[in-house]
Amino acid sequence: MAEMTISTPPTTAAPPGEAPGKAPRGARRNAAVRRVRRRLVHLLIVLIAVTFLSFVVIDLLPGDAAVVVAGDNATPAQVAQVRLDLGLDRPMIVRYIDWLGGVVTGDLGKSFRTGQPVTEALAQRIPVTFELTIVAEVLALLIAVPLAIYSAYRPGRFVDRASMTLGFGAAAMPQFVFGMVLIVLFAGGLTSILPATGYESFFTDPLGNIRTIILPCLTLMIGEAAVYRQLLRSDMISTLQEDYILMARSKGLGPRTILLRHALRPSSFSLITLSGVNIGRLLGGTVIVETLFAIPGLGQMIVQAVFNRDYMLLQGGLLFVAVAYVVINMIIDLLYLVLDPRVRRDA
Amino acid sequence: MTRPTDTAPTTVAAEAAGRHRAANAAGDARPAKGDLLTVDDVHVRFHTRNGVVHAVEGVSLTLREGEVLAVVGESGSGKTVFTRRVMGLISGSRETDVEGTVTFDGITLSDLDAKGLAGVWGKEIALVLQDPMTSLNPVKRIGAQITETLVLHHKLSKQDANARAVELLRSVGLSEPERRVRQYPHELSGGMRQRVTIAIALSCSPRLLLADEPTTALDVTVQAQILDLLGDLQSRLGMAMLLVTHDLRVVRSRSDRIAVMYAGRIVETAPTKDLFDAPRMPYTEALMNAVPPITGPNHVRLAVIPGRPPNLLSPPSGCRFSPRCPYAQDRCLTEEPPLRPASELPGGGIEGHSYRCWYPVGTPENAEARRRNVERGETAAGTPVTGEMVPA
Repeated sequence: MAEMTISTPPTTAAPPGEAPGKAPRGARRNAAVRRVRRRLVHLLIVLIAVTFLSFVVIDLLPGDAAVVVAGDNATPAQVAQVRLDLGLDRPMIVRYIDWLGGVVTGDLGKSFRTGQPVTEALAQRIPVTFELTIVAEVLALLIAVPLAIYSAYRPGRFVDRASMTLGFGAAAMPQFVFGMVLIVLFAGGLTSILPATGYESFFTDPLGNIRTIILPCLTLMIGEAAVYRQLLRSDMISTLQEDYILMARSKGLGPRTILLRHALRPSSFSLITLSGVNIGRLLGGTVIVETLFAIPGLGQMIVQAVFNRDYMLLQGGLLFVAVAYVVINMIIDLLYLVLDPRVRRDA
Repeated sequence: MTRPTDTAPTTVAAEAAGRHRAANAAGDARPAKGDLLTVDDVHVRFHTRNGVVHAVEGVSLTLREGEVLAVVGESGSGKTVFTRRVMGLISGSRETDVEGTVTFDGITLSDLDAKGLAGVWGKEIALVLQDPMTSLNPVKRIGAQITETLVLHHKLSKQDANARAVELLRSVGLSEPERRVRQYPHELSGGMRQRVTIAIALSCSPRLLLADEPTTALDVTVQAQILDLLGDLQSRLGMAMLLVTHDLRVVRSRSDRIAVMYAGRIVETAPTKDLFDAPRMPYTEALMNAVPPITGPNHVRLAVIPGRPPNLLSPPSGCRFSPRCPYAQDRCLTEEPPLRPASELPGGGIEGHSYRCWYPVGTPENAEARRRNVERGETAAGTPVTGEMVPA
């Protein structure tokens, strides 16, 4: 029996007729297709749940979009007219289905307050938040990964202790406090080398863009970098105890090769998961930083929409956040396929 | 407490060390021809929270070129730590003390720094570990894990290294090697994976292979195949092998010499045939009795060694085996026996056979000790003993 396993290849390795060397690649593609399909169904369910829930909540909140739109001095008759104009007199479920129908045709409606099409508002806000999120995440990883690798290589030594202390300090501080510290240091307090508020588009003013996003991105990334370092460090330390690392050492490989080529990839799964979750979260939730640095991002738009009972705008914003969250998790899921060959088969 | 044995090497090692010194005196730094590995009085101590663990205590031995030396012992006897210290994978640190010298082909390994060792590892000395399920990197292709040593040590190009990897996989008996190099470890069975780790170890044609329980994690039927493969490759390539195992049966036909380890010490060492013919140390005898004889009758109670291997945090005084030894006398509990050559025994012993016992098996002293303990019903250490348990 055991002799059999040695002399015959496992039949699952390659479907008959397929070229031997192609088996892993084909398996990877199949697994990827399966995963994307499953995620798309997932996406649909999440979207309907999120948007319907927010419709219900907005409807149940005291206050009324018509009152907000008509203004403080409006008579009840005027308010009623506005309500009729906005279609708010119809039952909630009818309005939701109406909105959903619009979504399918690409029409997200108009803001009650400004009359601006929601798609246009989103097109203005999304790139801003997207840039903040991505730059902050990339910075966090660029700082955390090398520190984590070195800390795992020499645990308890200077780099490990120093980065742990600094990281915990930074992560323990509320985001807006850290943001204010940065403003004091660089934007008007001790020095004025960077602007404290505002946002420039990269396409109209590249340098201005970089200058305006430095402080917000630093504020966003510092806590994450601390968590990433901690996570990767401990995963890496346990990977370094593995037999295959001993094996790699016994081959005469140097510490660089062992850390980067043998230990990093199998240690990175939880880091990848967490950064995916964080990107998804940041895309809808950089409100504090956007407010602190007066940046016209998605988070601010959503908060304003809630205050104004501007539910068309709110629905549009939430739709994007939900889509982004699911799509990013789908990308992470596919990254697993690339990083860990063991997932490819039993997907 | 005196430990007369701490610095007493085995006869074999003493001989080698003598020759080494003579060679040095003659102005030749290289050891006498034929000696590949010389281990002299190696100690490894781990400082743990609970105290100091003396995992390896004064082990000395010599390995000639092309020779197979089996290190046999129970788990916890220090054989794995010893192998890793020989290779240099365990080195001195805040928590670890190391002592003694390890010389490989004229190079004092125990003096080398990490960089120097890395130049020897994989190229001259290779390692095969116990569990092939964990000793291969799960996220790297088989091929890449073989070629990296070839690229590193032999400066082969990617293509040449790949071709050589395929060749190596074929030589360890894997079918369809061209496909295997593109596969990942989880796509292979345990026996196949161990063949892969052997291919990796042999990739640079090392002169010494350290095999640390290479078959313990495998199915019984696969065990024999892997051992035969190792033996076959060893003799074909003319490399020396240090085969670590807990299973005496495994090494009977596959080793030139055997060193039996117990509680961090070598308690008996001899050419394989002599060890089986005339074991002197009661522990060796007990290990042999614990193996069911193939030709014996069915359903016979197996001899077991009572008790457990000692805790190395607080090893027993005197002979380490005395609490479990059926022949133990008062002297065994207080005085640790040195490693003595069997050739001094009245019955005559074989050159290169030494043992660590006050009442060696096969001597009148031993028979007397046995008689006394059986009469009393217990040993000096208080372990119950009956005549049936100890075959005369």
